[in-house]
Formats: sequence, structure tokens, C-alpha cells
Amino acid sequence: MMLAVDVEKRLGAVEIAARFETGARGTALFGPSGAGKSSVINMIAGLVRPDRGRIALGEEVLFDSAARIDVPAHRRNIGYVFQEGRLFPHLTVSQNLRFGRWMHGVGRDAEMEARIVEMLNLGALLPRRPGRLSGGERQRVAIGRALLMRPRLLLLDEPLASLDAGRKAEILPYLERLRDDGGLPLVYVSHQPDEVRRIATAVVRMEAGRVVAVGGLDLLGTAA
Amino acid sequence: MWTLTPEEWTAVHLSLRISLVATLAALPFGIAIAWLLARKQFWGKSLLDALVHLPLVLPPVVTGYLLLISFGRRAPVGSFLYETMGIVLSFRWTGAALACAVMGFPLLVRAARVSFESVDPRLEQAAATLGANRLWTFATVTLPLALPGVIAGAVLCFAKALGEFGATITFVSNIPGETQTISAAIYTYTQVPGGEGPALRLVVIAIVIAIGALVASEWMARRAGNRAYGLE
Repeated sequence: MMLAVDVEKRLGAVEIAARFETGARGTALFGPSGAGKSSVINMIAGLVRPDRGRIALGEEVLFDSAARIDVPAHRRNIGYVFQEGRLFPHLTVSQNLRFGRWMHGVGRDAEMEARIVEMLNLGALLPRRPGRLSGGERQRVAIGRALLMRPRLLLLDEPLASLDAGRKAEILPYLERLRDDGGLPLVYVSHQPDEVRRIATAVVRMEAGRVVAVGGLDLLGTAA
Repeated sequence: MWTLTPEEWTAVHLSLRISLVATLAALPFGIAIAWLLARKQFWGKSLLDALVHLPLVLPPVVTGYLLLISFGRRAPVGSFLYETMGIVLSFRWTGAALACAVMGFPLLVRAARVSFESVDPRLEQAAATLGANRLWTFATVTLPLALPGVIAGAVLCFAKALGEFGATITFVSNIPGETQTISAAIYTYTQVPGGEGPALRLVVIAIVIAIGALVASEWMARRAGNRAYGLE
């Protein structure tokens, strides 16, 4: 499925102007901190409204300033794994996982639930509350929560940034499996070349609010 | 000495009923306005904020008088309510509940507003990406997380309603069995010879109810807080 982004947004002193298309299974938005990567995926998710431009996923236009189209975030069906997990602290892990299904009003798919719980190794966490989970456990729950709403695209905003090396090594294999299982395209935001190499096949390089290059993993080598 | 006369029981019963109805009636409006003030920017926001706080800074007698000239039987709002729905507020316990709700409203809104402001909007964004529209986000994320403050505000409102005197007596007078609350009854007993005993009994009851409400709210808020922070 093709994701086509062409957006402009003024955020304080920073002018974001990003234009790229990707049909890859794993696309990395890569660049230094403050390059505007998170702002771009927030626009894809519908959490930030571009000043001008167009965003399309496959045949569906999600945003088009000229045509006055702006599909609200809750109708985009795009999964989002945030840097800090953002689990709901008042719900158990199991309720967090079911949240997306409740909101979409879809029936329970026990087989899919079991598969994701097994893949992310969440079984022991289900009755617990997020307040007492480790950082790595939280991110695994956040990934599971996003997957269980059955999104058509999964955005990940530096999901490993707040974790130490050991926890990163714990999560990365799950993300690789996710990409290889196919079906669900990933957009992965990171400034870590080693992470990007493991997850992505296509790279969109950003600097100072602009897309400076679109291509393969060879774009990582020249990064600062 | 420590047995209540039927008149005193009536005052206690009436006080509790008026305070409870006032709090329950104020709650949905209080939550809505607190949320608006905490989360939205709109024209007239400072005006709304000032209006909500007015009963806190005005002399209660003034608030009572304003209620009388707008909700009295022949007053604009009062006559409309009477002619369309048959509702009479002046000199009725329902009017006392209205006066108490108005007086307690700022306390409710202040506590609830602070609580809504402390809810992380990034959690609301997460709910949106999971398919929750604004109403569902409010019901499943924002309100549960703000609940400790909303409960604290409701108890403050209840306590204020229980102690309300000036606005109530101005708007609905001091009619035994209809609008005479504990506070009004205490005042009446202190004005008549031999009223010291009944006044003292009602004072003790007022203290017991107030402390009971405080303890109950502390317990509820702590429970809601533990839930909200994922420690239970």
C-alpha cells in the first residue's frame, strides 16, 4: 500500500516541508533530533493538522487542504506506538489491549488476541496495571495495543528511545517479526542507524524540517 | 438532652436532602464547565470563569436576592418555569437546593478544573489513534483520570450546601419543614429564650456530618487516585 505525504506546517520557528512516497514494508523516517520526524508522523496519524498539503494511504485521501478533507484521527485506523508508550494508567494491561477493539465496536477475535499475546509475550502481564511495569514491558503492551485494533498502517515514534541497550535487544526481534509477518506496513521514526538497519528497507532522511533524501539503507551511512 | 425533637430531625433530614440534590444537580454542569475551562479556548472564556466564581466573592445575601428577582414566582425565569412546567422554586426546598447548588458551584468547578488540567492530553491523543471519538475519550480516559478531583469538588460543594445560610434564607426564607435547614434552625434557636439545648445538638450534628463527608471523600478520592495511577 502506497503512503504519499506532501505536507507543510509552521511550528514556532521551524518550517516543516516534507514530501515523500513509500510502498515499503518498513520505512524509516531518519534524521537528527528536532528534524521534524515526529511532527510528520503526527500529521499522518491526524494528531497534528498540516497548514497545507495532502496525505493519502492507498486510494484513500486522509488529508487534502485544497479539497478540505481532514479525516479525524479516530477514523484513520492507523496504529501508533508512542515513545513513552502512553498506556492508560487506570486500566489493566488486558483492558489496554482491548481498548481499540471496544472503540471500533468489532467483535472479539480470540485467535488474533492469543497470537499477539504470545508473540509479544504478554501473558503474565495481562492482569497488571501499567504503573508497575518496566519500560520494556510497557512498550511491548503498547505495540500489542496498536496491533489489536487491526490498523492498516503502524507508526512507531522512537519506540526504543527511552530503553537501555538490554531492553532494546528485547524489543527489536518483535519488531522484526512484525515486519516479516507481512500485511502491515510500518513507518519507523528513529535517529539510530543500527535500529533502522534492522527494521526498515526504505529510508526517508530528514534534516531541519525537510526531507533531504529518499532511498534505501545506504542513506544511513552518511548521516552524522 | 441528646435526643432530637421531631422539628430538629426535620431540619437535619431537610439539610441532607437539599445538599445532596444540590450537589447531584450541580455535578453534570460543573464537570462540563470545568472541562471547557481546562481544555478549550473560546471567546468569553474569562467572562464564564468570572461568572462561575461570582457566588464565591459576592455577599451571599446578594446572590440570594439575585435568585429571588430572577427565580421568584413572578420573576422572569420563575414565572416561565411555573407556567411551562409547574415548577415553583421560591419558598420551597427545591429553591433552597438551587441556592445551595449556585453557592457550591465555584468550589466544584475549581477542584474539577485543576483535575482535568492535570490529565495528560497525550493519553487523549493515544485514545484517538485507537479509534475513540471525543465523547468516548472523555468517558473512558479523561473523566476516570480526573475523578479524584471531581469527587473532592463534589464534597466541597456538598459541605458548602450544608452550611449555606445567607443566599438560602434570602431566596426561600426560613420555613420549618420546607426550607429550614440545620444552619437556619440553629440561627432560629439562638434567637429565642431556651434555645441553647436544641442549638447545641444541631451544632454537634453539623460537625459530625461535615467530618463524615470529609472522611468519605478522602477515602473515595484515594481509591480513585490509586486506580488512576495504576497502583491497585
